[in-house]
Amino acid sequence: MEVEGTASGSTLMIMKKIVEQGWRPVLVVILLLILWEASSRLFAIPAWLLPSPLTIMEEGLSSWSNYAHHLVSTTKLSIVGFVIGTSIGLLIAVLLHLMPHVRQAFYPLLILSQNIPIIVLAPLLIIWFGFGVLPKLFIITLVCFFPVAVAALDGFRQTNAEMKHYMYMAGASKRQVFSKLELPHALPTVFSGLKISATYSVMGAVISEWLGANKGIGVYMTLAQSSFRTDRVFVAIFFIMLLCLLFFSFIIALERFCIKGQPGQEAKS
Amino acid sequence: MSELKVSEVSKSFGEKKVLQSVSFSVKEGEFVSLLGPSGSGKSTLFHLIGGLYTPDEGELYLGGENINGKRGKISYTPQSPSLFPWRTVLDNVVLGEELHAKPNKERASAMLERAGLADYVNAYPHQLSGGMRQRAAFVRSLLSPQPFICLDEPFSALDEFTRLDMQKWLLSIWEENRKSVLFVTHNIEEAIYLSERVLVLSSNPATVKREFTIPFERPRREELVLTEEFLDWKKQIYHELRSEA
Ligand SMILES: Nc1ncnc2c1ncn2[C@@H]1O[C@H](COP(=O)(O)OP(=O)(O)OP(=O)(O)O)[C@@H](O)[C@H]1O
Ligand SMILES: [Mg+2]
Repeated sequence: MEVEGTASGSTLMIMKKIVEQGWRPVLVVILLLILWEASSRLFAIPAWLLPSPLTIMEEGLSSWSNYAHHLVSTTKLSIVGFVIGTSIGLLIAVLLHLMPHVRQAFYPLLILSQNIPIIVLAPLLIIWFGFGVLPKLFIITLVCFFPVAVAALDGFRQTNAEMKHYMYMAGASKRQVFSKLELPHALPTVFSGLKISATYSVMGAVISEWLGANKGIGVYMTLAQSSFRTDRVFVAIFFIMLLCLLFFSFIIALERFCIKGQPGQEAKS
Repeated sequence: MSELKVSEVSKSFGEKKVLQSVSFSVKEGEFVSLLGPSGSGKSTLFHLIGGLYTPDEGELYLGGENINGKRGKISYTPQSPSLFPWRTVLDNVVLGEELHAKPNKERASAMLERAGLADYVNAYPHQLSGGMRQRAAFVRSLLSPQPFICLDEPFSALDEFTRLDMQKWLLSIWEENRKSVLFVTHNIEEAIYLSERVLVLSSNPATVKREFTIPFERPRREELVLTEEFLDWKKQIYHELRSEA
């Protein structure tokens, strides 16, 4: 009971710590913005080259209704792509881990798949799948599965040898060793992969929209660019960053919920 | 039936011969200690009994059954406690049981209470001290369904005071259950205090050099370690360990 009390107490402590330490980066950002605003006024930088932060904010607020549907579309695309991509990544990792021979055969291919620049693939994907949602999901999957697959494979392989000996000597089957030891043991590593994939998925979504789409932040950006609405480009960049940040925070929250009893967990912020 | 018989067992890793014709037995309900220098192959012997490796030569029997390379026949406490950090203490101690049947958590809670861990049933291993973790690991062995327990230097990482407390505690629990125990240590006093018999291992390669039968009655009291007779045994075993084979 006593232990439980300290556990919930520590969550409060973490919140307090974030608030206490969070003001530093916020202050830096505010200072930078002020510097930016001041210099665009002082040097009279033309708005098509570098709009001032206030102009960008104004544009962002006033034409919300013009781009809200683009935002929704990209968010949906990223989420679906992320889920598909990371599921495939996990599945690949589990299969390769449980079949060491297959692993030896396919691991180089896995790495090779990351050497293909997405831009090069785009024409092929459009020839095969057209301009629909399929090639976009394909691109996001391609960038998302890899960090998770590699992280999970490493996590499975680095399982503590003595714990594994214990399990085998206690008569555990291969399946029990996997589900009761290797999988939970790999979870922290898997989450590191998920965090990378989360930001990649937004990037993948925007890139796939550049390559051909009728809605999405990528499209909004292309349109803004061709009409020299640099302020809109910045609005788009702002929302892409926000989206990445939200995804990332969601994964961190999920991690806190899923991973129990790791030493040093209280100390992490 | 849980009599362990190790017969002429040899094991090499590559060129290095670790065990050479090791033979001994542990009878039903007996507490036997293996005493040997670090690196002599004590953990390797456990790994053989546990079926993690198969011996190059020789046979292992448990209750008459040949267990060469067979896993799940003994309950084992590794040299480091090896509790799973993501499981609570309660979920950790039922692990051995869980692999073969539905675990009995009430019994486990009661046992944890006996081990002085009542306040930590739902805590995670990193919240425990080293001695508490060792106790939890031992409770895990006791709750495992196998009647034969192998303990690999469970107290070697503890300070002298905790170690003495743990030995007393181990004996009190063991006297209730009387499962057969094979106990590895490199502490002479610990071996004498706990066991019916002490086997002295030589090293490079390891073989059973000599066997001492310890006559002290049970239950053993703490003051025993200060008696003349106890020191006498300690001297004898010490000389046996130091003498070149
Ligand atoms: N899997 C393995 N592969 C190769 N060599 C091994 C392996 N396991 C153990 N050895 C070697 O066998 C020897 C005995 O090791 P072991 O762990 O059994 O010693 P120990 O008596 O338990 O020592 P300690 O008291 O320090 O725990 C060592 O020289 C070690 O290097
Ligand atoms: Mg050892």
